[in-house]
Amino acid sequence: MDDPLLSVHDLSRSFGAFLACDRVSLDLRAGEIHALIGPNGAGKSTLIKQIAGELAPDSGSIRFLGRDVTRLGTARRARMGLARTFQVSSVVPEFTVRENLVLALASGQAGFPGVWSRAMTDSALTDGADAVVARLGLAHRSGIVASELAHAERRKVEIAMVLAQRPKAFLLDEPMAGIGTEGSAEMTDLLADLRHEAPVLLVEHDMDAVFRLADRITVLVSGRVIASDTPERIRANADVRRAYLGDGPH
Amino acid sequence: MNRETLANTVILAALAGIPVLAHLGGEPFVITLATRIAILGLAGVGLNLALGHGGLVSFGHAAFFGVGGYAMGVLASHAQAWTPLATWPVEIPGTNLMPVIWLTAILAAGLLSLVIAALSLRTRGVYFIMITLAFAQMAYYFAISWPAYGGEDGLSIYVRNRFPGLNTLDPIQFFAVCFTLLCLTLALMSRITGSRFGLLLQATRQNPARVEALGVQTYRIRLFAFVLSAMVTGLAGALYADLNRFVSPSMMSWQMSGELIVIVILGGVGRALGPVAGAGLYVLLENQLGGISDHWQIFLGAVLLWVVLFARGGVLGMLCDRRSADG
Repeated sequence: MDDPLLSVHDLSRSFGAFLACDRVSLDLRAGEIHALIGPNGAGKSTLIKQIAGELAPDSGSIRFLGRDVTRLGTARRARMGLARTFQVSSVVPEFTVRENLVLALASGQAGFPGVWSRAMTDSALTDGADAVVARLGLAHRSGIVASELAHAERRKVEIAMVLAQRPKAFLLDEPMAGIGTEGSAEMTDLLADLRHEAPVLLVEHDMDAVFRLADRITVLVSGRVIASDTPERIRANADVRRAYLGDGPH
Repeated sequence: MNRETLANTVILAALAGIPVLAHLGGEPFVITLATRIAILGLAGVGLNLALGHGGLVSFGHAAFFGVGGYAMGVLASHAQAWTPLATWPVEIPGTNLMPVIWLTAILAAGLLSLVIAALSLRTRGVYFIMITLAFAQMAYYFAISWPAYGGEDGLSIYVRNRFPGLNTLDPIQFFAVCFTLLCLTLALMSRITGSRFGLLLQATRQNPARVEALGVQTYRIRLFAFVLSAMVTGLAGALYADLNRFVSPSMMSWQMSGELIVIVILGGVGRALGPVAGAGLYVLLENQLGGISDHWQIFLGAVLLWVVLFARGGVLGMLCDRRSADG
């Protein structure tokens, strides 16, 4: 098998006496959706933050595209092709949908951004932005300011922005959170589609979506990986059942 | 033409028209007031890039304003005393030529701001405000304790500096110089804020985590914005010193930093002509209320309070609606 695109090795991080991430290892391979599940406080977000470069691990290493990126900053990793969405949709609130996408495309261009030519009339940026907006079915909302969008729409804009980055890997932190049943059905289809662009590391609480989408599932409890396997075997795993029944969200 | 464009046109037309009328009517004092508005507006346009577009609340822009002022004072004082500025490694003479002074002011403010920003931008929020204030206070005390250029008493320049082909001592001609520089800077700012850099700067203000996740180091964006902002304010400082034919450490005082912030807030934070409108309001209040009482800033305080509580977008915000990222 190929080398994994992204691999996390023995990653640990504590906050004071609290061990939020305890020697976690996992990897992400080409073409797959790898789901990361676990009860609240299991350390899923702590792990995602370390992979994205927002939080430095105490020990362990992260390799991306064959390179050790453990000490690289967020922006450098993003530029290498690591795109992420946040638990709470993170877009630019005062920008319109279209401006948000032009921003995403402008961010990907090499070198220091230009200070002279107008961004919003640069067809190299706007054509690409309009294409992604149309692809996600947001064309009729293109001129709306992001802060005025419904929650599910804002989530889609964020996905559109990471799509526009043309990344090598997606890190998605609870994309289904708070978007309703209808929204999550649509989002599930969208995520299934993302796999063709680049592999996805998916943190998610919505088990229906996880079992429908994931090729592999890693279960995190109290900062530790207790199981990592195919969805069928995870479903049957006694430790996982115990962890979810006894230690579920309070 | 939308409302903001209309308001901008009216503001610039009034600022250009009133001094012309005053010139015809023989009221040089009004021209001086308009020149003050243009210069303080220019300083505010500079600050607005950092504060309005970048969300970097600098409480130290007086340092750059003052450095611009001293660039003028130092060069012109050597020119008027016929002494060289430096003799080693090459002899550098003073100058009373405005374009040379402006360029020096811009470069000096740019260099100082590069050092200040490189350190200050490692902090956020109230710490950023305090550290920029601290640097400006250092510049202020440095100026006070520098006897070669007047120390606490400041430095008087007896004749206004030269601009080729103009008589700069004629108030209307000096106003024309300042107004032209203001318009050129506004045009430049309009390009910059509408560019890819401008888009990234505004996004960085609103959501730095998103911009980092898009692969852009926000520190660099902020640094560039801060330095550009300081350069414009430095240019305004050189003009201000030329208007008064005097430069003193008070140009670098924290009160001056505060005045610049007030000007930006009064006019409308992040709006292209906000600082010009703000400077207009500020100078008019100072002039009208200053005649009633020495404590006119009490009234200014009341106006500021009203703007902050009820008209967050300042004067221009009241007249116009939401700005767009490319506007």
